[in-house]
Amino acid sequence: MRPALLLPALALLVAGLFTVSLVTGPAALGLGESLSALVRGEGEAAVLVMREIRLPRALLGVMVGASLGLAGAAMQGYLRNPLAEPGLIGVTSSAALGAVLALQTGLAAAFALALPLSGLGGALVSVLILLMLAGPYGASLTLILAGIAVSALAGALMALVLNLSPNPYAAAEIVFWLLGSLADRSMVHVWLALPFMALGWTMLATLGRGLDALTLGEDAAGALGIRLGRMRLVLVLGVAASVGAATAVAGAIGFVGLVVPHLLRPLVGARPSRLLTASALGGAAMVLAADIAVRLIAPDRDLKLGVLTALVGAPLFLHLIWRTRRAGI
Amino acid sequence: MSALLTLDRMTVRRGLCPVVDAVSLTLRAGEFVGLIGPNGAGKTTLMRAALGLLPHEGVSSLTALADAERARMAAWLPQAREITWPVSVATLVELGRLPHLPPGGRLRAEDRAAVEAALEHMGLAGFRDRDATALSGGEQARVLIARALAQETPLLMADEPIAGLDPAAQITTMEVFGGLAGEGRAVLSSIHDLGLAARHCTRLVLMDGGRIEADGPPEAVLTEENLARVFHVRGYFARTAAGPVFQPLETIR
Repeated sequence: MRPALLLPALALLVAGLFTVSLVTGPAALGLGESLSALVRGEGEAAVLVMREIRLPRALLGVMVGASLGLAGAAMQGYLRNPLAEPGLIGVTSSAALGAVLALQTGLAAAFALALPLSGLGGALVSVLILLMLAGPYGASLTLILAGIAVSALAGALMALVLNLSPNPYAAAEIVFWLLGSLADRSMVHVWLALPFMALGWTMLATLGRGLDALTLGEDAAGALGIRLGRMRLVLVLGVAASVGAATAVAGAIGFVGLVVPHLLRPLVGARPSRLLTASALGGAAMVLAADIAVRLIAPDRDLKLGVLTALVGAPLFLHLIWRTRRAGI
Repeated sequence: MSALLTLDRMTVRRGLCPVVDAVSLTLRAGEFVGLIGPNGAGKTTLMRAALGLLPHEGVSSLTALADAERARMAAWLPQAREITWPVSVATLVELGRLPHLPPGGRLRAEDRAAVEAALEHMGLAGFRDRDATALSGGEQARVLIARALAQETPLLMADEPIAGLDPAAQITTMEVFGGLAGEGRAVLSSIHDLGLAARHCTRLVLMDGGRIEADGPPEAVLTEENLARVFHVRGYFARTAAGPVFQPLETIR
């Protein structure tokens, strides 16, 4: 496919999947019925289903997917490693820890927004610890090491919370939340996550030129006038804002940030700056598709989104590794 | 002739030990300076510090400039030949134009012309659409040199640019660098091949232990005494009809 056609094609794919997501669900609404309820507000029950249940779900699918895809592309470009993913700097596990704490303490039951807010708080704390450990400026290796340390700590604390949970139901609630899902989210979740995500997207979108220059290595990029310290700070804050918000509203959804940039890289001529937009659209498409699939495959079992992305993502990734190996690299 | 690079008492320390020790150096337009010296003499460190890539004491005329302005003044070709992603050769060479582009800007006609000229200079016109990571090591080196040329800066600094190239590519690169100097630009390049340095450079700077030991035209630097003291070798230097010839002969211990 010509690079010029890729972005419009991906945008069309996202628009199509968005529409399919809107008309997919247990409430038996026809295509025309559901869309006219959404746009014109005709039919009381249908309007409720469309505007309060399906629209936020589809919107969050786009937002979460775009955040994961964009952050994955930026991380891989900055670390110059196709195995990097947004969770590498510890934001995902810290946001999850925050959310888990809200569930454990009963705050989440007391008022609905406690869970995403606590998740955002977890992401914020992890960024502060990360910048303290790695310094606001510095080499990419210290960033990875600090990220691993933060992830490990958050993982240990999550295990502790599970260990101390008062009863099996509480533990099960936490485990199910951690699997990641877009079910039963409201427009409030959308409005809560959107400002953080938009901020993160804007920051990550400014990195294109620096990511391109990093193709030549850190030294050459520095000599090309790229301020690497500033770039790293923008990357960390951008990933934390977008992926932190995504995790806070949807739980941990794996493999999107890893697989999507990898999959699209050959289609953009491997150029890191071009991969950013393509990967954001690709991530949105993948999460929308997965969220449609969980509703179609097992409508009665509440199959979790994170489970499906991992089930599809891991074999896809294995296939990519296999292909890379056969290419002799 | 105007000075394109002025270093005044540059010192870089690793711990307490200076790896570059109070080096002062001026490069003028029209000079192709070969930076020679044994391994660990401080050649790479001096050039990186001059570009502001390392913390240092002393003054470099380049670090006084803003980042983008410096990138339009001096191009840097590191020794490590890194090409992370499988981009096309043309895309890689276009990266040299980054400092010239307005924010978010696309390549203009003058940028394309610079890229074409750089590809032409390094004999890469036929490689334009090839995957840069799939090329041989020597070919990748030429692509990276073309990237630095496309930057079209008054000053080019290169760290062992010809190591690992075939003889024809080595001579071509030295001639291209000499040509840049001839156009009124300046080139500072570290180099271990003293024969090519003697033949192509207008001036040699000999470093050892972080200090400049000798500085001047090749025949004034490659003296028997300097070679024995710094390189521990004996060499043969002659002015022939085909130009200056230098050949290291044997080690002295």
